[in-house]
Amino acid sequence: MTVNAPLLSVRGVKTCYGNITALHGIDLDVHDGEIVTLIGANGAGKSTLMMTIFGNPRAREGRIVYQGRDITQLQTHEIARLNIAQAPEGRRIFSRMTVMENLQMGAQIAEPGHFQEDLERIFTLFPRLKERIGQRGGTLSGGEQQMLSIARALMSRPRLLLLDEPSLGLAPLIARQIFDIIADLNRRTKLTVLLVEQNAFHALRLAHRGYVMVNGRITLSGTGKELLDRPEIRAAYLEGGRQEATAEAR
Amino acid sequence: MTAPSPASEPRTDVARALKHAAIAGLVSFGMLLPLIGFRTIQDMRNELVLETRPLLLASFVLLTIAGSLLVSLVLVPWKQRRAAAHIPGESVRRAHWRAHVAKWLVPFALGFVVLYPVIVLLGTGFGGAVKWIDNFGIQILIYVMLGWGLNIVVGLAGLLDLGYVAFYAVGAYSYALLAKEFGLSFWILLPLAGTLSAFWGILLGFPVLRLRGDYLAIVTLAFGEIIRLILINWVDFTGGYAGVSGIPRPTFFGIPFNANDDGFAAVFGLEFTPLYRTIFLYYVILGLALLTAFVTVRLRRLPVGRAWEALREDEIACRSLGLNTTNTKLTAFAMGAMFGGFAGSFFAARQGFISPESFTFMESAIILAIVVLGGMGSMIGVAIAAVAMIGGTEIMRELEFLKLIFGQDFEPTQYRMLLFGLAMVLIMIWKPRGLISTREPSAFLKERKTVAATFVEEGRG
Ligand SMILES: Nc1ncnc2c1ncn2[C@@H]1O[C@H](COP(=O)(O)OP(=O)(O)OP(=O)(O)O)[C@@H](O)[C@H]1O
Ligand SMILES: [Mg+2]
Repeated sequence: MTVNAPLLSVRGVKTCYGNITALHGIDLDVHDGEIVTLIGANGAGKSTLMMTIFGNPRAREGRIVYQGRDITQLQTHEIARLNIAQAPEGRRIFSRMTVMENLQMGAQIAEPGHFQEDLERIFTLFPRLKERIGQRGGTLSGGEQQMLSIARALMSRPRLLLLDEPSLGLAPLIARQIFDIIADLNRRTKLTVLLVEQNAFHALRLAHRGYVMVNGRITLSGTGKELLDRPEIRAAYLEGGRQEATAEAR
Repeated sequence: MTAPSPASEPRTDVARALKHAAIAGLVSFGMLLPLIGFRTIQDMRNELVLETRPLLLASFVLLTIAGSLLVSLVLVPWKQRRAAAHIPGESVRRAHWRAHVAKWLVPFALGFVVLYPVIVLLGTGFGGAVKWIDNFGIQILIYVMLGWGLNIVVGLAGLLDLGYVAFYAVGAYSYALLAKEFGLSFWILLPLAGTLSAFWGILLGFPVLRLRGDYLAIVTLAFGEIIRLILINWVDFTGGYAGVSGIPRPTFFGIPFNANDDGFAAVFGLEFTPLYRTIFLYYVILGLALLTAFVTVRLRRLPVGRAWEALREDEIACRSLGLNTTNTKLTAFAMGAMFGGFAGSFFAARQGFISPESFTFMESAIILAIVVLGGMGSMIGVAIAAVAMIGGTEIMRELEFLKLIFGQDFEPTQYRMLLFGLAMVLIMIWKPRGLISTREPSAFLKERKTVAATFVEEGRG
């Protein structure tokens, strides 16, 4: 493995649902220590790519390599055990179980000895969750559920974290908090993040690099700043975000 | 809030209630006419003759009408009034009260079941005790255990299993055949029968791994029927319809319960009565049931048990957290089947005779009904439901006086399904998610908060 080999590399991945092709040959790299964002319109195939990396659905063609190892044919739970964690679209927390039990489920594959320490770490990141530790997941507010989803993913001490729309349905302030936490984790613990976002402005500002996906194809890629400056990106994805940004600046 | 004045009281619409009752009466008449209204009997010359039973039919239709009126004129207004008369602090008070009950219920119930044979002996003397310990004690405990076993599969792991009786049957036949063939003792065969059942549980688990909900239910139902049909048709091995009789009875650590000189009574210098065996069997099934409860409670706190509950809620999330859902499901099936097998071998040892009759779909349905009525996942709820339902059907046996009303050939036990149906309907009106629907968390941060706090604490947004 050379020094510059990406942590995760997706090559020519094609994914189908029945006879509908959702991904038409995707190439994407995530290097160690990076935040990479994937933006695109609804139905572009972002979530499908996230799930394909996790082996569900399986890629029809192409290769997914993680840490030099081909994981294309592995099962979802085997992939998760390679220190890849995911906060999937729609949160998918266990709604009848308490916050504590959700976090325990996240630590399922981690070393049991780490649990207390990891719990403390999570509580410093998300103090809200500590207050709500005995509450059932389903009765948490949307933002709290999102925090729980991310916290649960972090409990396994991942090296690579896949986040699918962490800001979905959150108030701008809470969304900002979540982005700050992601940036902070990346800076301090070198956590590598692949982030799918609708909020392209924030995501591109946060990310080192970004990819733009349209109809199951990657159409553009570059550093976050490059993409932010491209007129077609501004036109397609940023108008909402820019207004929000100017509103915040005022 | 003050007491509700008559004006603010929700209006009970008598006309509507009457209409409902009339419709209910018509429907029940239509349904029951062929079921109850007519009956074929054989006369002296072995000919079938049609007998009509207008009185019985009328009484059932009237019962339905009365029930409908009761619900719409009394039950529903009462529920509405209670909902309207919401007193501040009431829910907190009730939660406290419930917490108290919950705290004392388990130790009290445990003490009671342990002392139950003694209490019965004191109450009825040697004469009547067998009936009470056997029909009520042992019978109920078998179903408590079956309910708890199925609760692992249905309540915790959320895998709807309509063929649970298959494992009960495997356990029973394993014990019966192995004990008869090889003369092995109950205590050796019990774990063996459990293991065999668990093995069959895994065997069932494999083909249904990808199924959920309705589809799973159908396949497990078929599995239960397959096992039963094998038991009926593999006559050389299982004895077919005739079943297996003369199954060796369990011994008291090698001392048989009989009237011989080396029997239990003689060895301990007691006068022989069959009661000792009954009491012994009672404690055996109590021990087995408590084992089931203990194992389930422990497992819930371990990763396996937590994984079962998580699986019930979201399989995809489980997988992406690194959980091998295949193994998780199979362990749930195996664990549930194992306890079913234990109960089955106990059943065979207690009866001394088994036949496919005892392992029909109806048994599966009863066990599932107990789990659903109790509130899926709640062990206390399942136990209460088992006591109420099985105890209820046993009490029906005692209702001899009904014969005076309905005629000499009225057999109250034939109506036990009616009891189940009634209980189902009432519970689904009163508590749609079962008797005890609140799930006890299995993990706590530092110390257990009072139950009241978790009851009161509502989510925000
Ligand atoms: N299970 C499925 N079966 C069939 N088609 C699917 C399935 N899941 C997704 N699709 C289709 O695949 C395409 C890509 O969906 P995907 O969820 O990946 O989009 P997305 O980029 O995440 O969109 P959004 O921003 O709205 O979340 C869509 O056209 C969608 O309808
Ligand atoms: Mg999506």
